[in-house]
Amino acid sequence: MNRPLDSTAITDPKARYKAGVLKYKQMGYWRPEYEPKDTDVICVFRITPQEGVDAEEAAAAVAGESSTATWTVVWTDLLTAADSYRAKAYRVDPVPNTGPGTPTEQQYFAYVAYDLILFEEGSIANVTASLIGNVFSFKPLKAGRLEDIRIPVAYVKTFKGPPTGIIVERERLDKFGRPLLGATMKPKLGLSGKNYGRVIYEALTGGLDFTKDDENINSQPFMHWRDRFLFGMEAVNRAQANSGEIKGHYFNVTGATMEDMYERADFAKELGSNIVMIDLVIGWTAIQSMSNWCRKNDMILHMHRAGHGTYTRQKNHGVSFRVIAKWLRLAGVDHLHCGTAVGKLEGDPMTVQGFYNVCRDAVTRQDLQRGLFFDQDWADLRKVLPVASGGIHAGQMHQLLHLFGDDVVLQFGGGTIGHPMGVQAGATANRVALEAMVKARNEGRDLLAEGPDVLRAAAKWCKPLEAALETWKDVSFNYASTDTPDFVPTATAS
Amino acid sequence: MRITQGAFSFLPDLTDAEIRAQVDYALSRGWACSVEHTDDAHPRNTYWDMWGLPMFELKDGAAVLFEVNACRKAFPNHYIKVNAFDSTRGVESMVLSFIVHRPADEPGFALVRQEAGGRNLRYTTRGYAADQPAGRRY
Repeated sequence: MNRPLDSTAITDPKARYKAGVLKYKQMGYWRPEYEPKDTDVICVFRITPQEGVDAEEAAAAVAGESSTATWTVVWTDLLTAADSYRAKAYRVDPVPNTGPGTPTEQQYFAYVAYDLILFEEGSIANVTASLIGNVFSFKPLKAGRLEDIRIPVAYVKTFKGPPTGIIVERERLDKFGRPLLGATMKPKLGLSGKNYGRVIYEALTGGLDFTKDDENINSQPFMHWRDRFLFGMEAVNRAQANSGEIKGHYFNVTGATMEDMYERADFAKELGSNIVMIDLVIGWTAIQSMSNWCRKNDMILHMHRAGHGTYTRQKNHGVSFRVIAKWLRLAGVDHLHCGTAVGKLEGDPMTVQGFYNVCRDAVTRQDLQRGLFFDQDWADLRKVLPVASGGIHAGQMHQLLHLFGDDVVLQFGGGTIGHPMGVQAGATANRVALEAMVKARNEGRDLLAEGPDVLRAAAKWCKPLEAALETWKDVSFNYASTDTPDFVPTATAS
Repeated sequence: MRITQGAFSFLPDLTDAEIRAQVDYALSRGWACSVEHTDDAHPRNTYWDMWGLPMFELKDGAAVLFEVNACRKAFPNHYIKVNAFDSTRGVESMVLSFIVHRPADEPGFALVRQEAGGRNLRYTTRGYAADQPAGRRY
């Protein structure tokens, strides 16, 4: 094999297309002079090259393997306008706090631009097949992670986005000016349909807006899906009549096949449910199909991000959740679990706020402290309502409202159902804490400083809140996050 | 029963000073306030009657409270709510809504079930008060 030592792009066609193996840089995948076009998709990958592979060659390899390249020169490139199909690595930066003198191997941020022609319109499956297809198994890299993506407006406009969106969801529910409240039914496995409906009824009657199936509730021997839907809708409607408020239960329609999912979703609709739920593990094609179904049938689509932690959590390898969130907004979901920052599940507060911005912004601005590498214009695509769920309780209400604002579903599962006075009392405690906190914020009070006082004052007249604060007063999950920002603010001389 | 629509229905009824604080918050964010009332607070009754037009370009929150009290005087047995509207592109919707007045007695709602095939049920939420013609409820 001829492997020339020179590593700049070869422009002479004869040398470039001579049979054999070239470096990716020589093949034209490293283009430091390239200026990305407004219509390019831009990715930033965190890469850890193998020993002896220089950063630019590794970046070029990522560009090559995620676009046109194969391991050897092919003359058939000459039948195409090959240069425009080649992704172009145009910038490589060392990652702060990696490399010699740090506990972490040297990593680099590699910026790669992709021409719009490379992607089928409106298909996340196609985007992912390119951008996270072969490249993550590629041997010259020890590890790689897709950190962020800039999607050009031209491509954003080929997606329909959320079927409902935050604004229309609120108009359908007639709930404005406060976070929504939810809870996941517990125990997540084993309840019969009748007992399950009881928990829904108690939680919604007590004051929650939504209750939720968990990700692994589908149609098991202890509770077939039709039973769950029938008893669940009885509970939802009773709670609605008790309170005069619109209520809902996210029926998980995840199933083995699309036909199963359509059948379940159709039944939920027939029973009058306003929302259905799917799990991330069903895959991009199924997600977009269910999004279309929801659009057609005026249903809100709740997305549980089951499985994401397998590839989003470790910083050196995988795909950042901010990228998954962007793809899901394009694919079209209405609710998306984005983390709590203060609860039991992984999530550094700044990084989690970055995910929320991706869901809710009209234009997301570059914000390195929150892990956002690019400006992203969403071209009026509807907004996704983030969901904070997992190990949170009423005593954290001020922190949650401060971190996430009004457009969020706060889900207290154990924090509702585990209440010492019962499920209804648990729901009431959460609702009172929420309303008291929103009211106090609007009155101009400083939530982080005065939040605990606001809670204590409300607990004076609300026994369930008093009991909740007492039960969970010592609960916090202070573990170091693994997925943290690489950039921290440094003081600048003024 | 107590209808719990709106942002603050789980709290004790707001005093005029507390209503004013919420209105001032809305105005400080550039939102337009409006007052609406109804004698049919069905959860899907989207269109309550407007007490005048939304107050665009309002500077002084006292005007909203004045309208709330005028509405209370005219309809002492109605539900009355204050809304705030944000006309920012991409929002263009209500961003705050809370009940500021309710009838002394709230009879609530019945749930009517119609049995259908396959254990299916069709549900209707019916307000007890709404059995009376408009103007004679409550």
